[in-house]
Amino acid sequence: MSGAFPVKCTVKCTVNGAAQELQGHPMERLLDSLRDTGLTGTKEGCGEGECGACTILMDGEPVNSCLVPLAQAEGAELCTVEGLPARAGRKVSEDRAALHPVQACFVSEGGAQCGICTPGMLVAATALLERNAEPTDAEVREALAGNLCRCTGYMKIVNSVMAAAREMRAGGNRAAPPEAGR
Amino acid sequence: MRGNAPQYRLETPRTLADALAKLRAEPGRWRAFAGGTDLMVLLEAGQLKHADYLSLHRIDELKGLVREPSGAWVLGALTTYAEVLEHPELARTFPNLAAAARETGAWAIQNRGTLGGNLANASPAADSVPALLAYDAELELRSASGARWVPHAQFHTGYKTTVLKPDELIARIRLPAAGGNRFHFFRKVGTRRFQSISKVCLAARADLRGGRVIDARLAWGAVGPVTLRSAHLERSLAGLSAADLGDAKRRSALLSALAAEITPQSDVRSTRAYRLKVSENLLGEFLDGLVAFAAGKGGA
Repeated sequence: MSGAFPVKCTVKCTVNGAAQELQGHPMERLLDSLRDTGLTGTKEGCGEGECGACTILMDGEPVNSCLVPLAQAEGAELCTVEGLPARAGRKVSEDRAALHPVQACFVSEGGAQCGICTPGMLVAATALLERNAEPTDAEVREALAGNLCRCTGYMKIVNSVMAAAREMRAGGNRAAPPEAGR
Repeated sequence: MRGNAPQYRLETPRTLADALAKLRAEPGRWRAFAGGTDLMVLLEAGQLKHADYLSLHRIDELKGLVREPSGAWVLGALTTYAEVLEHPELARTFPNLAAAARETGAWAIQNRGTLGGNLANASPAADSVPALLAYDAELELRSASGARWVPHAQFHTGYKTTVLKPDELIARIRLPAAGGNRFHFFRKVGTRRFQSISKVCLAARADLRGGRVIDARLAWGAVGPVTLRSAHLERSLAGLSAADLGDAKRRSALLSALAAEITPQSDVRSTRAYRLKVSENLLGEFLDGLVAFAAGKGGA
């Protein structure tokens, strides 16, 4: 150890569309910095980049937030699972219906079980569908290869992503809040 | 659990000159931190021994991919696996590198992990490293006093050791163009295709002219203290035609020569016996592919 302990730093970045200053040690995991701001949707699974539960988008690309030191987030645009509805143009609200289509389809297709892997799955699946509107089964599986689910098989997860892809292509809006009186 | 971040220093130089000046001013104090996909794992496991790091992520001089008029490619050390895959022409010219990039970790790792980091980390089980080695990569090492180009084959000196001096950084990686019709072979064997570390990895290529092998490279991962080439086998392949390669006696001689060239060990990921057998199988697959290639397109 050389010299005094490094002081904390302030990292300016964008989190879910809003400018934010994250405080912490430069080597701190972005996962911890984000959770400390109250964004606890991002989960820690393995803490070593194997399971993908902590997946977030950094400048639109999925990354394992447990492997990104805070210092490297300077100037970056971050999106956590909490930011997905807004990413799909949904109004962020307490309303369960205000979900990104990927989230809505995980609900309707039973893509979530215990829920620890789910935020990472949703983020990685969203990143895939933003690049590839009509993925094959194999493409979905490869895009989610870094996201491990230990509850069950991957069938329902893949089905959920495929359903979301269909819905997004159709411009369907099942995820939007239902109109009153209908 | 959390790694103990306050124990570590991570500074972010804005230019290559700044980084090199820091490395020169306090030799051995600072180490390079690129994508962090290995160092952050060690941090979290409480096994990251060195304290002070320079994060290279803001240094533009270490980024970018350029194709030279000669057909060679020069890749910045911070080139990520994802960037390799985003360049179809690079992937076509050096398919083993693309295959390695695609099977290193998974998407989120590929977005962060870098070729320079994979080289400097010097793990014998790295996947992009055998691919680079088989393509005769040259590495530009920069320090405050200048640059030197080192053949990749001379870069790794032993388990987790390299010729990199404490004040040097890997700046660029140069991949020369092929010298003939080139056959490429890449196969990584792990517990699963993605997100696993190799038990054995073979990146190979053979250049053919007039239907004969003029030059071959076989670069192995996870079967020795370093990623290594089987130089004797490479020499044995030179001059052979499809008919020679298809000869059963010759083939079995080549396969049995392999054991003398690799030194697999038993460890947490596999056993020596399994690694030897799988290595032999991979060599067999390579030879089968090469025979077919030499009899077809490469024979032209």
